[in-house]
Amino acid sequence: MPAITMRQAISDALWEEMERDEKVFIMGEEVGVWGGTYAVTKGFYDHFGEKRVRDAPIAEAVIVGAGIGAALVGLRPISELMTINFAFVAMDHIVNEAPKLHAMFGGQMKVPLVIRAVSGGGRQLGATHSQTPDAIFAHFPGLTVIAPGTPADAKGLLKSAIRSDNPVLFIENALLYQARGEVPEGEHLVPIGESKVQREGSDVTLVSYSSMLQTSLKAAEQLEKEGISVEVVDLRCLRPLDMGPVVESFKKTNRAVIAEEGWGSYGVGSEVATRLYEEAFDYVDAPIKRVNQQEVPLPYNRALEHSALPQLADVVAAVKEVL
Amino acid sequence: MTLKKKEHLELYRQMVLIRRIEQRAAELYQEGLIGGFLHLYIGQEAVSTGIVSLRKPVDRVITAYRDHGVAINCGISAKEVMAELLGKATGISKGRGGSMHMADVSKNYWGGHAIVGAHLPLAAGMALGDQYNGNDGVTICMFGDGATNIGFFHEAVNLSKVWDLPVLWICENNQYGMGTTVKRASAVEQMRQKAEGYNIPNARCEDGMDILKVREAVEPALEHVRSGKGPFFLEIMTYRFEGHSMGDPERYREKDEVQTWEKTDPIGVYNRYLVKQEIATKANLDKVETDAEAEVVEAIEFAIESPEPALDTLHDYTYVEAA
Ligand SMILES: Cc1ncc(C[n+]2csc(CCOP(=O)(O)OP(=O)(O)O)c2C)c(N)n1
Ligand SMILES: [Mg+2]
Repeated sequence: MPAITMRQAISDALWEEMERDEKVFIMGEEVGVWGGTYAVTKGFYDHFGEKRVRDAPIAEAVIVGAGIGAALVGLRPISELMTINFAFVAMDHIVNEAPKLHAMFGGQMKVPLVIRAVSGGGRQLGATHSQTPDAIFAHFPGLTVIAPGTPADAKGLLKSAIRSDNPVLFIENALLYQARGEVPEGEHLVPIGESKVQREGSDVTLVSYSSMLQTSLKAAEQLEKEGISVEVVDLRCLRPLDMGPVVESFKKTNRAVIAEEGWGSYGVGSEVATRLYEEAFDYVDAPIKRVNQQEVPLPYNRALEHSALPQLADVVAAVKEVL
Repeated sequence: MTLKKKEHLELYRQMVLIRRIEQRAAELYQEGLIGGFLHLYIGQEAVSTGIVSLRKPVDRVITAYRDHGVAINCGISAKEVMAELLGKATGISKGRGGSMHMADVSKNYWGGHAIVGAHLPLAAGMALGDQYNGNDGVTICMFGDGATNIGFFHEAVNLSKVWDLPVLWICENNQYGMGTTVKRASAVEQMRQKAEGYNIPNARCEDGMDILKVREAVEPALEHVRSGKGPFFLEIMTYRFEGHSMGDPERYREKDEVQTWEKTDPIGVYNRYLVKQEIATKANLDKVETDAEAEVVEAIEFAIESPEPALDTLHDYTYVEAA
């Protein structure tokens, strides 16, 4: 299996699905002539043409809203938001239209739409451009929220998302685009809504996803040298949330840490911890710990920003605390 | 309003100072001293310098993320601008905002805003505040051509007419929103046509590379709003010589196009005018340039020597402290 970057894996998934099904098309800001702000769609405009790689005005509400409309009448649009911070401009369409239509009209309509958006901080972009608001979107039933942490999962899940008949928010992470990993050759699909053990261990269950998955894997490696065996469970999808592998792991270790890049209050970690208390209370040997970003609008200053974001050392310390 | 020699030299000084700041900022960015996004104002100096030169202290100014020049025009020192770019505690936003978020409320300069179009509703609200309180001020709101395609624009501009708000809308049409030409993103060729749709008096300054033409266009527009006749919409044609932000591959335009526009470099245009009209000697202008250079060198030294914000201040300003 060749090791490729996350950027390449996502690009390959889009390319393959567009080759496979001509109902699939991309629209968003700078996806065409520019080649994608993060170079994910580089070369697409020349190959697929402007009908299928559509540069849109700076108008996120209509980028998502028109995606919904096109999906309703049988196309399979991919609406790209340059970053998830601009999703707030399109909030009504993401949370109040796309996930509602199928249910509200008694199953008559379906919205096979994928919304791609880049999440995460750490690049000194200031408070409005550095957020990890993933949990907000996972709040809404009817929406599927995917946030992969490895190239293989990114490719396989994005392909599944494009083939799904439900609206999907597919969250990428800018700092992960360079991350490398092996991706199976040929047709590679990963089912939506399955968490996965990415590294086996026996002392502590470390739950994470997206950028913090990579940090968690590094933490597990480091802790192994100190004789601590960490099992890393990757959620991969925030909705539907598959607690199966998490609960199973917890029943073995009786201790858990949940690491996510976003704020802790009302977050993914809160949800997972609550579910563990509900579903495996008898197995709890220590209070479950969360590792998160500090609860501030992220500052521009490099050192301040660094101190606000969850780091490898924070994850390592949290694991030791629950032991 | 005819200008005295001293006033001309002051405007020339501001334009040159902005140019030098931007050029040095680009270098500091390459050296890694500035992080995040950096949008340069090179080529557009005549626009904001002309506009702000006509405002009174009661007039509010608000703009988008391409804001270093506007900051200088509003009287923020080169030192405070540089220190902010370097994320220092002495920066105008205390190192928390960075390039895109510079404001000095004491100078009635309300920032630098990084979400496209998001500051237009704020401008409407500030104008409402002045109207409500019976203040004299005009709110001057600057934004790009690309920003006229987002919903915020239409909601704010419409409301300003419905409520007759004292706001001067100024569209800096530099002909691109990132890599997308006006033609590929806007249904109408002239941004002022959008004001027509909301029944707002409007005008277009065809030559935003000439500061005197900018002033000629702004003066009656400001007067209109100041005299209580409600909002006015002014479009000013200009061009940015550098990429949209640092690292822009500029695949969307030809080198020739940039070179053609560089012949109308606003600083060169003004320089030639001042010499030809015998308002200033070449020696006068050279001196302005050397002084500006020295000021920027000093500002960089100040910024480099300034302290970083202390890490224990991370949570400061998240909420207003109870008195
Ligand atoms: C809501 C939103 N969408 C997208 C962006 C990304 N973005 C930043 S600047 C920009 C182009 C804006 O063009 P224009 O309004 O013409 O201003 P200019 O950069 O030319 O000064 C885009 C798409 C953003 N900051 N906010
Ligand atoms: Mg523009």
